[in-house]
Amino acid sequence: MTITEEWVAACPVDAIEREEALRFDYGARTFVIVRSPEGTFHAMDGNCSHEKVHLAGGIVDGHIIECPKHFGTFDYRTGEACALPVCIDLRSYDVKVENNLVFIKL
Amino acid sequence: MMIVGAGIAGSVAAESLRAEGWRGRIVLIGRETRLPYERPPLSKAHLTEEVEPGPKTLVTSERLEELDIEYLQGREVVAIDRAAHTVKLADGARLAYERLLLTTGARARPVSNLIGQGARIRTLRTYDDALFIRRAINPGAEVVVVGGGFIGLEVAASAVSRGASVTVIEAGPRLLARAVPAPLAELIKAKHERSGVRLELGTTIERVDAIEGRSKVILTSGRAHLADLVIVGIGAVPNVELARLAGLAIDNGIALDELLATSDPDIFGAGDCCSFPHRLYNERIRLEAWRSAQQQGAAAASNMLGAHSPYEKIPWFWSDQYDQTLQVVGLHREQDDPVIRDLGPNGLLIFYLAKDGRIVAACGFGSLPAIAREIRFAEMMIGRGLSPNVEALSNPAVNIKSLLS
Ligand SMILES: Cc1cc2nc3c(=O)[nH]c(=O)nc-3n(C[C@H](O)[C@H](O)[C@H](O)COP(=O)(O)OP(=O)(O)OC[C@H]3O[C@@H](n4cnc5c(N)ncnc54)[C@H](O)[C@@H]3O)c2cc1C
Ligand code: FES
Repeated sequence: MTITEEWVAACPVDAIEREEALRFDYGARTFVIVRSPEGTFHAMDGNCSHEKVHLAGGIVDGHIIECPKHFGTFDYRTGEACALPVCIDLRSYDVKVENNLVFIKL
Repeated sequence: MMIVGAGIAGSVAAESLRAEGWRGRIVLIGRETRLPYERPPLSKAHLTEEVEPGPKTLVTSERLEELDIEYLQGREVVAIDRAAHTVKLADGARLAYERLLLTTGARARPVSNLIGQGARIRTLRTYDDALFIRRAINPGAEVVVVGGGFIGLEVAASAVSRGASVTVIEAGPRLLARAVPAPLAELIKAKHERSGVRLELGTTIERVDAIEGRSKVILTSGRAHLADLVIVGIGAVPNVELARLAGLAIDNGIALDELLATSDPDIFGAGDCCSFPHRLYNERIRLEAWRSAQQQGAAAASNMLGAHSPYEKIPWFWSDQYDQTLQVVGLHREQDDPVIRDLGPNGLLIFYLAKDGRIVAACGFGSLPAIAREIRFAEMMIGRGLSPNVEALSNPAVNIKSLLS
């Protein structure tokens, strides 16, 4: 069996303002969708890699999202962990915008 | 470089010294017989998790080795000879230092009452305390918590969620009187009552008698409770004895200047054991807060290496109560004006503005994502010295982020 990738509609474009994040749950999985200051959309796994805390509650500053619990940070474009106490990268996903909807590739 | 006390302030300082480029020796001395570990989970996850958890270590022995930090575990410093630049350990050993950092933390304040021999009564500061309490709060156990502060209430929440029957005794007229405004304390109180915790305010313990393996708690109100375990959470006392003995200035903790140096320029301090002047609040403060201890540990390390940078981080504190979080940022005083922002089911926030309109503090209770975000932006506003529009601040429909610009 091969695992097929699929594009899943996550939210309307205007559901997220610039430099904001939104939680998106799909099945048992959870993601965070982030809109950059430039207006582009990005998606990562939703929970912090330090403890199980959702990143959608954190603040977005430039290309960084900050975990609300202990203030670890990630580059939301790549999922890369940037500041302690987080040191494990998160997975990021491809995103596209069509018909005013944000899709993420799972 | 030598550090006395291996809590979060001390262990972060040791790591920071290396990260900042110090190539010489780093000696970290701690009297507890384990690796440095986190205290906040002691009243939370450590009491509630299904399986008995080990301490949550702050740094592994591999990491200490990799950074070439000499960790003297289970050793206590009993004296500092400032003229000779040496410390003396309990076992008589003497070690030389060039610069010294005191991160001796605080200890739980004990009750001064008469305690009958064999009564089961415990404070909570260490991992061993948490294990002891964890093993006693079985379903059906009668638990009396003395003190309606953060730790007492977290323990109460944890114990009741484990099925214990819990009574909290608080001497003051309300809970969390020191740090939390009344409307938020009311919400927290209601949450505890809904969860089955009994609260008795305005009374305190008179004495505790041991009766057939159980403890009889006699209150000043005349009432009495029979308990399987009495947990005392009436605050903490800074560990200043070592500094005092060495003749360092003490003022509600080891007195530091804004560079986190003590009255001896070769000795620094950080964390719960210290007080320091804060530029934003024009007063000397001592904090008992995890993030501050960590930030001070890092800042003191830089200044030990000559960075000369004043410590100006804004105090921040959180407490978990059931599935809700309480966060406090900044410091507010009697004369500051409260501004309420009601997030409905997501929680309640109170901001404090000084007479000149500057925001100086904020507290919130509710769901973590909602509260964390608002408090974080409040912190940024405080740091930038902003005077936000009161109308906008109190209107939850206004994105708090928009007030930053
Ligand atoms: C149960 C509990 C729950 C908490 N929950 C929260 C929370 O939710 N949020 C929050 O912000 N904060 C919380 N805190 C507070 C936070 O844990 C403290 O602010 C923090 O631990 C302070 O760190 P520290 O390194 O300054 O001191 P400590 O953690 O007290 O460490 C000091 C260490 O130095 C050692 N020591 C002392 N004297 C000597 C000596 N002479 N020689 C050698 N070693 C010595 C001590 O044994 C100790 O191990 C909690 C604290 C407790 C106890
Ligand atoms: S849970 Fe995210 S930094 Fe700790």
